[in-house]
Amino acid sequence: MAYKRNIDRLPIIPADAKVQNVTCHYCIVGCGYKAYTWPLKKQGTTDSNWAGTDLSQQQGAETDAWYAPSMYNVVKQNGADVHLVIKPDVDCAVNGGLGSIRGARMAENRRSDVNGTQQQRLTEPMVWRYGTWQPTSWDDALDLVARVTARVIDKDKEDDLFVSMFDHGGSAGGYENTWGTGKLYFESMKVKHCRIHNRPAYNSEVHSTRDMGVDELNYAYEDYQLTDTIFLIGANPIETQTNLFLNHMVKGMQNGARVVVVDPRRTVSVDACEQVAGADNVLHLQINSGTDLSLFNALFTEIVAKGWIDADFIRGSTIDGDVAVAEDGAHPSALGSFEAAKAACHLSLDEAAEICGVAAADIAKAAAWIAEPKDGARRKCVTAYEKGIIWGNDNYRTIGALVNIALATGNIGREGGGVCRLGGHQEGYYRPSDAHVGRPAPYIDQLIIAGQGKVHHIWANDHYKTTLNAAEFKRVYNRRSNMVKEAMDARAGATREELIDAIVGAINAGGLFVVDVDIIHSQIGQAAHVILPAVESGEMNLTSMNGERRLRLVEKYMDGPGDSKPDCLIAAGIAQHLERVLREEGRTEYADQFKGYDWANEEDAFMDGYNKGNPEVTYDRLRAMGNNGVQEPVTGFADGKLVGTKRLYTDGRFTRHGREDGKALFCLGGWRGLQAPGKAQQKANHRFLINNGRANMNWQNWFLDQKNEFVMDRFPVPFIQINPEDMAELGLKPGDMVEVFNDVGATQALVYPERTARRNETFMIFGAPAGTQGNVVNAGTNELILPNYKQTWGNIRKISDAIPAAARVSYKSWEVEL
Amino acid sequence: MKCNRLVDSGRRQFLRGGILGVAGAAAAVALPAGQAQAQVQARAMVDYPSSKLANLADLVVDVPMDIGYPDADSPGILLKLGTRVEGGAGPDGDVVAYSVLCPHKGFYMSYHAPDKTLNCPGHFSRFDCEKGGQQVWGHATQNLPQFALRVDDKDDIYAEGADELIYGRLSNVLQG
Repeated sequence: MAYKRNIDRLPIIPADAKVQNVTCHYCIVGCGYKAYTWPLKKQGTTDSNWAGTDLSQQQGAETDAWYAPSMYNVVKQNGADVHLVIKPDVDCAVNGGLGSIRGARMAENRRSDVNGTQQQRLTEPMVWRYGTWQPTSWDDALDLVARVTARVIDKDKEDDLFVSMFDHGGSAGGYENTWGTGKLYFESMKVKHCRIHNRPAYNSEVHSTRDMGVDELNYAYEDYQLTDTIFLIGANPIETQTNLFLNHMVKGMQNGARVVVVDPRRTVSVDACEQVAGADNVLHLQINSGTDLSLFNALFTEIVAKGWIDADFIRGSTIDGDVAVAEDGAHPSALGSFEAAKAACHLSLDEAAEICGVAAADIAKAAAWIAEPKDGARRKCVTAYEKGIIWGNDNYRTIGALVNIALATGNIGREGGGVCRLGGHQEGYYRPSDAHVGRPAPYIDQLIIAGQGKVHHIWANDHYKTTLNAAEFKRVYNRRSNMVKEAMDARAGATREELIDAIVGAINAGGLFVVDVDIIHSQIGQAAHVILPAVESGEMNLTSMNGERRLRLVEKYMDGPGDSKPDCLIAAGIAQHLERVLREEGRTEYADQFKGYDWANEEDAFMDGYNKGNPEVTYDRLRAMGNNGVQEPVTGFADGKLVGTKRLYTDGRFTRHGREDGKALFCLGGWRGLQAPGKAQQKANHRFLINNGRANMNWQNWFLDQKNEFVMDRFPVPFIQINPEDMAELGLKPGDMVEVFNDVGATQALVYPERTARRNETFMIFGAPAGTQGNVVNAGTNELILPNYKQTWGNIRKISDAIPAAARVSYKSWEVEL
Repeated sequence: MKCNRLVDSGRRQFLRGGILGVAGAAAAVALPAGQAQAQVQARAMVDYPSSKLANLADLVVDVPMDIGYPDADSPGILLKLGTRVEGGAGPDGDVVAYSVLCPHKGFYMSYHAPDKTLNCPGHFSRFDCEKGGQQVWGHATQNLPQFALRVDDKDDIYAEGADELIYGRLSNVLQG
């Protein structure tokens, strides 16, 4: 039987409940919610309540006067237990009252000592002592961190400190926290060996579009409602940007927009588009995995040949001449003029059809849908891409080729246009320059495998789940961190000085000292020697911007678990302890670099960072802007409101590359096959494509959902979708456990039959707590160390019949039947 | 969305209490015999009415019967699946009943017999009638409310409870 909460009735929000602005912190869309809190021994009634509605009656569809059990919890607020309801905000322009399967469970996924939810949240610092983790005070834990760290760094010699730190908004990210960590590692120090939460280096995921002058978030969500064509590449928005799809893309289709989807997999987004727009208005180009670049170059060639270009735009907004930026180690393709791109990117429909595996006529049809003028005017086309190409073959050239199409057709900076990534987390990046990191950035995970690094500070990263070549990484990381654990165990009872000497001895013998800052005890956290508990959005005030650059303040509506703290204040604590230790050691000049962290709260960190660059923006002003916030960049403050920017580049000047002429560049990248090392060989030697991505239910919140019964009942272990005929050949039944293996590693998954999956093409869940897909992803990246998770091939064998939990699972198709 | 895939106006009316005008000819609408009692007592658990929905002889495999439970304003279906399922009632263990309001946004769902699912026209969620209403794919944050059934010695089928909160009401048995 399916999991049921057996909740027949919920407390009613009273009319005088406290109301707080909340932007959902899971995905980049950032839906608006309201958090209602009220004292435990009070309640509303059916005729006196927050909604002013007679709740003794059944409410109709889409009512604002209902909330699900998942939207309710009992949490601590200023030390007291209070009722909490977090429900979608009908007045938010982003989601219009819609809640996703993720965001509408925010309340349930809060730690509650009363209801027992999320007991996995960390509550106090812990250090490795006596063979396990022991709770301790912040001062004790930070002193240990500072003393060990101080032994491996010195002024201008900080390469032995490795740092993994999130750079995003939402979740536990946001401007406050990226500034806190950024100030510590990029201002007080110049740490070069660092990486971001989902990839093995500190780099942009979209270098080429920026180098071409085009910021990757340049439109407004309303452009989907104003456009003629929605062009989706390597994206699955009904699952991963749910309410952007339902509240904006659907309306666009209802307004007559057609849809072109590029994806080797038939996603539920394709099905949903067909449901809304009709199959005749949806063109799914089901290409061979990793061949996007050839498709885009053929589309560009066809559009140019047909003359469906915006010559005035090209003349006014893009450079003349030939090559402006040469191909080199930092640029996997040359960049230059439209004319140069015509030559460099030329690919015929037939050539592309041969590479992509889709019909030349369909490519021609897509070109017409994207660019053929409509009623004598520009055809409005909004282009959206995400991990399918970001984490796919030849990232730089592929994204560049896509932006070429938007530039050639003048579809940037105009209503119904834009060429944007859809995004994962919200954004919330405010840091000192990272120029010292270099480009290409160091490949951190491979350096760790090679024995480099002595101390590793980790901020809400879990390499064990989200890296490539994960099997080898884990083997090495466990060994190196265990060397330090063993050294600490051998010195149990020693003084602090003796303990530090023992740790440093183990480090110098090849060990790694690990400090893990997180909200839960993560998988990589199992290797840590110090664990520091952080809070996330709502447990602190936090600012972030969404995929249309909409900046909002989430108001703190509950206490963090136990003694946990905002990351910015943890970073400040590390800085302060480093300053103290360095001063004690007489390293005065270096110690002085760690001054300037006297922040009492997260607002102080915001004022020290983001506000200094954006002096109009304050907490009070953001609070007043509510869940609709303001779209960045903020240009002023007038009539009591922050003034923002609906879409970028409306003046036709492109600036992201820093060129003073404001001219965009085209990407001159031709097709060159599977670019990353080892991919072509792996494909040749294995039967199945192990495509991978996200699932609606738990993407962006699986770290919490691993302790959520509703989710774990549906997917007790991560699945692999396989064509039923392939299953029959392998002797597999639904729910069987299989091992996926190849030349670099192995992992496991539960078999889920999928009739729309092509033969020999499977789909796995990325980032699962169990069954790490990264185990079978090889170490190959592009020249700028962008991981190539998507192009992975392997073989499959059965290892077990269905486990009991798998018997509860429905194995029916995800496609709606109306 | 195409209009014919949205909730039709008659079914919308159902949500406002107009059940008598729209229930199909074959529908046996249960009246909430126990509701008055529930309204006057404040107890820790909701008191569900025991409502006669139909007789086993009225059911045809894969042809859902419209019902209202716990009261006429809460539409559901009574369904004979034809194969025994966990939680199924009756001698064949194959009779189930569910709310048909999608727990996401309350749209009225339709039954798809070939794979025995309930499907939402609003945002495309779908639920498995053979797996206790497990959401196969969708936006709801709970599985579908299933009604507990009892079959007496005359083959009369009674609904006697629900296992999730029904969309549009903060108490499964309306109160106040």
